[in-house]
Amino acid sequence: MSRAVAGPEIERLIQLLGRMPGLGPRSARRATLHLIKKRETLMAPLALALQDVLGKIVECQVCGNVDVRDPCTVCTDIHREAGVIVVVAEVADLWALERANAINAKYHVLGGVLSPLDGVGPDDLNLGKLVARVQAGGLDEVILALGATVDAQTTAHYITDLLRDSGVKVTRLAHGVPVGGELDHLDEGTLSAAIRARTTL
Amino acid sequence: MSHTPPVTAPRARIRRLTITRFRSYAAAQIEVADGPVVLTGPNGAGKTNLLEAISFFSPGRGLRRAPLDAIAQAGGDGSWAVAAQVEGALGEVMLGTGGDAPRADTPARRFRIDRETASSANAFLDHLKVVWLTPEMDGLFTGPPADRRRFLDRLVLAVDASHGTRVNALERALRTRNRVLEDGGDNRMLGAVEHELAELGVAVAAARLETVQRLATEIAAHADDASLFPYADIALDGALERLLATAPAVEVEDRYRAILQDNRPRDRAAGRTLEGPHLCDLAVAHGPKGLSAARCSTGEQKSLLIGLALSHARLVTAMQGHAPVVLLDDVVAYLDADRRAGLFAALSALGAQVWMSGADPLAFEALADAERFEVRPGEVRRAR
Repeated sequence: MSRAVAGPEIERLIQLLGRMPGLGPRSARRATLHLIKKRETLMAPLALALQDVLGKIVECQVCGNVDVRDPCTVCTDIHREAGVIVVVAEVADLWALERANAINAKYHVLGGVLSPLDGVGPDDLNLGKLVARVQAGGLDEVILALGATVDAQTTAHYITDLLRDSGVKVTRLAHGVPVGGELDHLDEGTLSAAIRARTTL
Repeated sequence: MSHTPPVTAPRARIRRLTITRFRSYAAAQIEVADGPVVLTGPNGAGKTNLLEAISFFSPGRGLRRAPLDAIAQAGGDGSWAVAAQVEGALGEVMLGTGGDAPRADTPARRFRIDRETASSANAFLDHLKVVWLTPEMDGLFTGPPADRRRFLDRLVLAVDASHGTRVNALERALRTRNRVLEDGGDNRMLGAVEHELAELGVAVAAARLETVQRLATEIAAHADDASLFPYADIALDGALERLLATAPAVEVEDRYRAILQDNRPRDRAAGRTLEGPHLCDLAVAHGPKGLSAARCSTGEQKSLLIGLALSHARLVTAMQGHAPVVLLDDVVAYLDADRRAGLFAALSALGAQVWMSGADPLAFEALADAERFEVRPGEVRRAR
């Protein structure tokens, strides 16, 4: 354990910043020093912004997204296609899809994926509200935008079965050739998945 | 082996191997030219450690299947590193792998290619393939099927880099199903798990089957009744694998899914999944004698295994266009003079870079152009 180089308040800030994803103890020190240097233009507004968000953050009761309003900005956006719901595991996935500007639809955040080995079952996910949204009608398609891991795919199969009798089309993301990828560099599993998910041109 | 035509494909070669805080070594470096590499020294000197270091340029846990926290030199800070200057399939490259001093509870492994971080050891496969034989594999034909499946999966991995990921996913899917059965999960949950399990199971079985078929073709092309390393008859033994030989994969997936569904009560009672590719076996027989490998003599089993390894190295060369690096740990010393000479000739025809270890330098005397190194505890130096 190295000796403290600053008072307990600053050490605490370093420690807390060091718990952020992507930041280790060293980069947390660098970030702290940067904040101290820019305390008027960065640290103060950051502290206010944190306080502000902390006081207002809520989980959207419709889709499970996090925002400062309920229903969230995405759910209340009238310019989004209301007939399509994209199901994602985490809010980070919603943000990633929005960043890619891939689809103009509404979302549903599950809050994880089924993982019996980690003790995560259907009751631990935001599935009841998804079924309710589908049953409420007005939907044409539910897109399962889940990863390709065992747990994510198991979750996709589970939801497909759950919505089987709803009359709504359930689709999932294609697995296959990456943008810029060459066929002879792909493994056979990916190639088979790509053939299975082929599209008409 | 005398009928084997010389392989003209280029080979991947390790030019320089550097290890740091690895097993019995604080630091060591070996530079080699073109000949086969021979490491000799007393038992326990650290010969296998050097071969193990090279095996870490292949996905998995190396030729000892060691846990990550067992690799670093005792008394150090827990970090270790292996680096190799390689003339590989894509040209000159510096490969590196190692572990950081363990923080908290998870030791992590790192992978570097030309000083850039790579995501996993799979990235090394673009540059070189490493195959090996060790004394631990001697009981392969008489041991449990799990050992032969692991052996087979390594064979597949050398020609299909994503096989390891697929096998790991299959194991997770199996554990998941067993847990859901144990927890009394409902049919919908079981259906979802089995859907995924069937896809993965059939993908793994198909990859294994394809490699076995390719290897069988390679063996048949070089089969020689008079060879000192008898050719093997190999086949994949399992219900799913038999189905795959006659029906399309998608149909086999549906059938496996139906089997899993029917077997739920039985599997729940047993606490595990009783059908699937996790229970298949690699059946090996002595080709000229038509006798199951398990019933052959110890010497015959050893010769069969060496023959199989040579065939596999030839298959890798044919499929990848580059001969793999071959590690033979303590294999040569137990062969009689004729078989030793036969092995050296076969290795020479293979065109691969070979690293061999053994206690007795005399066993390697017949190798005229070998690069010889003496291994002593903690150090390795070129033999005079």
